[in-house]
Amino acid sequence: MTRKQRRGTIIIAAVSVLALATILTMFALRDSIVFFHTPSDVAEQKVNVGQRIRLGGLVEQGSVKRGGGTSVEFVVTDTLKTVAVSYKGVLPDLFREGQGVVAEGVLEPSGHLLADTVLAKHDENYMPPEVAEALKAKGVNLGKSASHPDAQASKTQ
Amino acid sequence: MIIEFGHFALILAVMVSAFQLVVPAYGAHKRDARLMEVGDRAAVTQFFLILIAFVALVHAYVVSDFSVANVVANSHSTKPLIYRISGVWGNHEGSMLLWVLIVALFGALVALFGSNLPATLKAHVLSVQAAIGLAFGLFILFTSNPFERLDPAPFDGRGLNPILQDPALAFHPPFLYAGYVGFSMAFSFAIAALIEGRTDAAWARWVRPWTLAAWMCLTIGIAMGSWWAYYELGWGGWWFWDPVENASFMPWLAGTALLHSALVMEKREALKVWTILLAILTFSLSLMGAFLVRSGVLTSVHAFAVDPQRGTVILAIMLVFIGGALALFAARAGELRQGGLFAPVSREGGLVLNNILLTVSCATVLVGTLYPLALEAMTGDKISVGAPFFNMTFVPLMIPLLVALPFGPFLAWKRGDLYGVAQRLTFAAVVALIVLVASAAWVQRGPWLAPFAIALGVFVMMGSVWEIGYRVKAGVVPWPEAMRRLRNLPRSVVGTMLAHFGVGLAVVGIAATSAYRIETIVAMRQGDHVETAGYVLTFKDASKARGPNYTEDLVTLEVTRGGKLVTTLTPSKRLYDAPPMPTTEAGILASWRGDLYTVVGDPQKGGGYAFRIYFNPLVRFIWIGALIMFIGGGISLSDRRLRVGAPVRSRRRAGAVA
Repeated sequence: MTRKQRRGTIIIAAVSVLALATILTMFALRDSIVFFHTPSDVAEQKVNVGQRIRLGGLVEQGSVKRGGGTSVEFVVTDTLKTVAVSYKGVLPDLFREGQGVVAEGVLEPSGHLLADTVLAKHDENYMPPEVAEALKAKGVNLGKSASHPDAQASKTQ
Repeated sequence: MIIEFGHFALILAVMVSAFQLVVPAYGAHKRDARLMEVGDRAAVTQFFLILIAFVALVHAYVVSDFSVANVVANSHSTKPLIYRISGVWGNHEGSMLLWVLIVALFGALVALFGSNLPATLKAHVLSVQAAIGLAFGLFILFTSNPFERLDPAPFDGRGLNPILQDPALAFHPPFLYAGYVGFSMAFSFAIAALIEGRTDAAWARWVRPWTLAAWMCLTIGIAMGSWWAYYELGWGGWWFWDPVENASFMPWLAGTALLHSALVMEKREALKVWTILLAILTFSLSLMGAFLVRSGVLTSVHAFAVDPQRGTVILAIMLVFIGGALALFAARAGELRQGGLFAPVSREGGLVLNNILLTVSCATVLVGTLYPLALEAMTGDKISVGAPFFNMTFVPLMIPLLVALPFGPFLAWKRGDLYGVAQRLTFAAVVALIVLVASAAWVQRGPWLAPFAIALGVFVMMGSVWEIGYRVKAGVVPWPEAMRRLRNLPRSVVGTMLAHFGVGLAVVGIAATSAYRIETIVAMRQGDHVETAGYVLTFKDASKARGPNYTEDLVTLEVTRGGKLVTTLTPSKRLYDAPPMPTTEAGILASWRGDLYTVVGDPQKGGGYAFRIYFNPLVRFIWIGALIMFIGGGISLSDRRLRVGAPVRSRRRAGAVA
């Protein structure tokens, strides 16, 4: 086998693996990524029913209702609009009313988010940055707290 | 005073590294042996100066010197001693100091043990290594100085994030950095080779042990991090495809490819250009990991407290090193002499396939990690790329790699006999087939692919064992003769076998625990019980307790199996004193069959608690697999062939004696 043929074989193998990976990546990027939205986006109907999203905002004061067993309902607000979220499972350690939260799940026809994952901040001074940014973009005054990304986000499934 | 001494030592070290960058390289250019030799002393001096700086910082932590800003921000006087020490690298400034310490350590090791390296190669390597040390040394001094004082000194520190107060995590960063920075050796050798415009088998023989050592450290470092995340975070999982996890995984994948291509280069002098490129890419990925973690562009469990200025500086360092290296590569790679020929079906061919699959899979991880950043920069849309993406892209690429893996070591160099190898692997394939049928029949649930994945892991394990069995002619010659042959096997062969065996074992664990994990979410009051995976868990008791620096709500769960008491688990929720932060402590019953993993959640309205209970089958295999890879690497590293005979080809005989 000559040098040229050897190089040809290697190139064909590399290109075919790369092509396979590219196709897989394209499909995966189409099907398995999740967009982040705020309650205002949902109110403006930027999100389709049945779409999987990450909803970020603050847990509205007094909105957390625990149902039977491990189900829980709460309202996520960006202080302009709200979206109700229902979740069955164990909430993260730092889930609190009035604090930042990201809920991942599917938007129901009723405008309700059926969440299967809830992420909360992991420090007294910290809010998930996408939440802090989105709220800032909506003109919400966060005070000092949101500018202090001093710790870690926590997640739970 | 000690702190100022440390600070001063660091400044001196930076000056020494500037000296070490220029003088040996100039000496190599002028072929001046005295100037080149100066590099050795500079490298050792630089290491000891940084060591002094590092020890000074550790001392400040140990004695809780709260006049040092870094200690105040990350330590607390009530913290146990080991976590006061590990707190040194549990923050941005201290971990950067550890980073440059390891850069200097590797430089010093080359200086001390590289006596049989060609003088100019060694001088160039030390220069490049000094450039890395210099860049990060200046970065520390100007943007992240751990020696800054506070006046007035506060009464006590703010404490280390409690989830970092953990034995596995105390050692996770040093190993990880030794891995990241270890690849800087391969990088320095690659740049030196490009500057000199030539490489040979001796070059590869020199690069391989450094790469292997770095790879070992990275392997065990990642495994420790994963193990920590598993038992400490209370999420029940062991890998989250978190961007920062990916940042450590990408250099690992590229480094694994580098190990294998350096082998081809050493034995057959082929793939030279590729090996050099891979050495550059591997360290570039390490630098990118440092950038991602410290720049604040990502948020994750690992992200350090960040400010944008630091991110910009690290980005600049990264661009200079990667851009410079790639430009040099583009200019000089063409001058490297081509190596030996080989047929597609051969040991070389197998290793090329290994390299293609590893680097392409590394590229998919890179896309999944950076795509959200790119998309946000371009469209403003925020997205998250999680496990589903990597399951669709990374996992399919691993399947052909694992199928091909057992074939590789059986194939001959230059031209292999695929049919003959397939015959030799019949036994391994039959065992894998039996496992496939048995696991499919036994569990009868979960994804249909899972039994295939488990069988694939078993195929890899059996293939590795079988290769050794074949080499020692087990069952063909009498036992004592086989044992004698086993003892005489080169250690690198045994190491390779073990590392591959570890890969197979980890694959079995990953497949089983991903596919057959049982998750139960339940609310229980005192006296209630729940059944899962053959265990019965009874909620016995809830109590409060006081630890050294936290208070906790403990829940006692009695675990029985078949009516017999197995153990009692005490999952808890802790509230740390400093900083005040709640954490979840899982109660875990570990066994070979799998782990029973219990987490206590929120108190319920009518009394009692919510519980999350997982059964993770065979999850232990994952970390044991990684440990076996580490041990395999160590055995391979101890092979004499890696140390003897490295000098220039024409002088090999003379050199081997020394």
